[in-house]
Amino acid sequence: MWYLSGEPNQTTMQKAVDAFGSANPDNKVAVTYFQNDAYKTKIKTAIGAGQAPTIIYGWGGGTLKTYAEAKQVEDLTSWLAENPDLKDKFFPASFGAATVNGKVYALPNQYVAPIVLFYNKELFEKAGAQPPKTWDDVMSLVKTFNDMGVAPFSLGGQSRWTSMMWLEYLLDRIGGAEVFKAIFEGKPNAWKDPAVIETGTKIQELVSADGFIKGFSSIAADSNADQALLFTGKAAMMLHGSWTYGAMKKGGQNFVQDGKLGFVQFPIVAGGKGDPKNGVGNPAQYMSISSKATEKEKETAKKFFKDGILTDTVIDTYINSGSVPIVNGIEDKLNTSPDKDFLNFVYDLAKNAPDFQQSWDQALSPTAAEALLNNIDQLFLKSITPQQFAENMNATLGK
Amino acid sequence: MSNAVSTAPKTEAATRSAAVKSGQRDKALAWLTVPALFFFVVFAVVPLAGVLILSFASWDGIGAIGSAGLSNWFSVLADPGLYNALGLTFLIMIASWLVQTPISLLLGVFTAGSQRYRAALAVLYFLPLLLSSAAVAIAFKALLDPNFGLATGLGLPFLAQDWLGVPHLAVGLVIFVIAWQFVPFHTLIYQGGVRQIPKSLYEAAEIDGAGIVKQFFHITLPQLKYTIITSSTLMVVGSLTYFDLIFVLTGGGPGNSTRILALDMYLRGFRANLMGPASVIAVILVLIGLALALFLQRLGGQDKQGSQLEGM
Repeated sequence: MWYLSGEPNQTTMQKAVDAFGSANPDNKVAVTYFQNDAYKTKIKTAIGAGQAPTIIYGWGGGTLKTYAEAKQVEDLTSWLAENPDLKDKFFPASFGAATVNGKVYALPNQYVAPIVLFYNKELFEKAGAQPPKTWDDVMSLVKTFNDMGVAPFSLGGQSRWTSMMWLEYLLDRIGGAEVFKAIFEGKPNAWKDPAVIETGTKIQELVSADGFIKGFSSIAADSNADQALLFTGKAAMMLHGSWTYGAMKKGGQNFVQDGKLGFVQFPIVAGGKGDPKNGVGNPAQYMSISSKATEKEKETAKKFFKDGILTDTVIDTYINSGSVPIVNGIEDKLNTSPDKDFLNFVYDLAKNAPDFQQSWDQALSPTAAEALLNNIDQLFLKSITPQQFAENMNATLGK
Repeated sequence: MSNAVSTAPKTEAATRSAAVKSGQRDKALAWLTVPALFFFVVFAVVPLAGVLILSFASWDGIGAIGSAGLSNWFSVLADPGLYNALGLTFLIMIASWLVQTPISLLLGVFTAGSQRYRAALAVLYFLPLLLSSAAVAIAFKALLDPNFGLATGLGLPFLAQDWLGVPHLAVGLVIFVIAWQFVPFHTLIYQGGVRQIPKSLYEAAEIDGAGIVKQFFHITLPQLKYTIITSSTLMVVGSLTYFDLIFVLTGGGPGNSTRILALDMYLRGFRANLMGPASVIAVILVLIGLALALFLQRLGGQDKQGSQLEGM
């Protein structure tokens, strides 16, 4: 199987694979690691060329749909029905993005990863400010921090999906979850919703007010420079996936351990329709089995899915690294963890969200997702207007 | 560039008898081209045909291949993104030539000489040649990071520009990094060319009272005519494929400001899963490359076999 490089997950996966290998010497699993952005391209090419690894790691949604429609991944529906224990182990909501036309093509695993607004508590104390509750707070904090000589928001804009997280939340807060649902279903003119235009306008206002760190469009999230800006105090806030908590704990020189990392839900927008409890992010990560693999490889993969991925040790490792695994009945474990504040925050966010929207670039088809990321990049650079953004995206509906 | 020497002094008679001999040998020698021809067909002609066929197909790279007729061509040719990419490709091509040719020519002349420390300096000049494009791009990206890069490290605030985040700066930077990487290679070509120029020409010029500048313009430059054409061909055609460096450095961004044709092809094909339109761009790239190479060969004049050492 192929997996993503980067700590702490790489070590966790390696340990899980090693443990499975020593328990099943005849059915070992070999892992190769790739950087996130590079992996997304490589796996597609490999599948197209019939060279896919047995276990295909991914984020479900639109990409999984292309694989399933091309019959490149195994249908796991009946296998899961034979193994109800396994199916009941996971959060029911995590199966949504693994399901294509009523059939399950991937096994959810790892952890739920909502997008969270992180902030540097030290800088907020210095400024005598409170984390933002509304969009107006955001705009006034931008001024406060710029006056202090600190960038208000860190952003790894070159990766583009990082900028996309802003749109996901803003569109939800302004127009509610229905707007993207319509886009997802490919309804005519779904991108031309006034909420999309307002989202784009608000983004460009934030960019114009120097809301993001200087040079954000040349910072790539793969290098974790965006996180470094937050924990070195060069930026006050950062909107990012909950997985960065573990990475900052590991790489941030006691920034997390000393309790300097704050986290809140995305602020509300005055007059917006969205439920402030709504979340966006990755409901889980997913693993599928390549239909090109041999029977023996498939058996090994299924055995690994059953006994190897989310074992108690692995669950504990995830919790220790600051992630919420997608398994039921972990409340006690979360409460005894040193990171219990953050873990419970994420757990509650994921559990109580009336709507948990999967990341757009994963939910949409690869063609629409690439157009989306390209247009978001231009929107943040102000080289297109929100109206042009809506029109460009509207042309990709149904593709 | 080797023409200049390979057909060195020969009398007319010698040339004629050589032509007769080579006519007999040609048939036997033709067989020697078979291995090269085989590789050319397998690795160049077959993929080219494949791309041509794909440009009329709809394929997402994963599922089944369907026919698309001319729709890929229409959609690509109507896309303003294509013209943006084309314009950028030519901009980078011309700017690269203008920047690299004078620098590598002068460096080549310098390293061909026999000054003190020349060898030590030459080694330094050639260092970038040893690095892979991806490594060069990653290094420059880290050095130019506006928050953690060289500017902060050395305390040079004027360097703290958002080099890769502002469209026109990013284009300029791409041209600079390409030059940094490829100047050594072209320097090497010019060095070789300069060393082939007979010393007697310079001695004669010196006797006639020509200074270094005059010698450069009246002997070195004309003698390097074919070297310049070779180097320019490599530069111009090569600039169509500056993909790896730009891909790692900017990924085509910010926005579309460094999305050259080769990158546009890759992003369409492998990111957006639109293999058909990507193949259309590939065909366009091949056509442009062929046209440019032919044009530059023409520039070299018809008498390709003519010697520049006539009368020596």
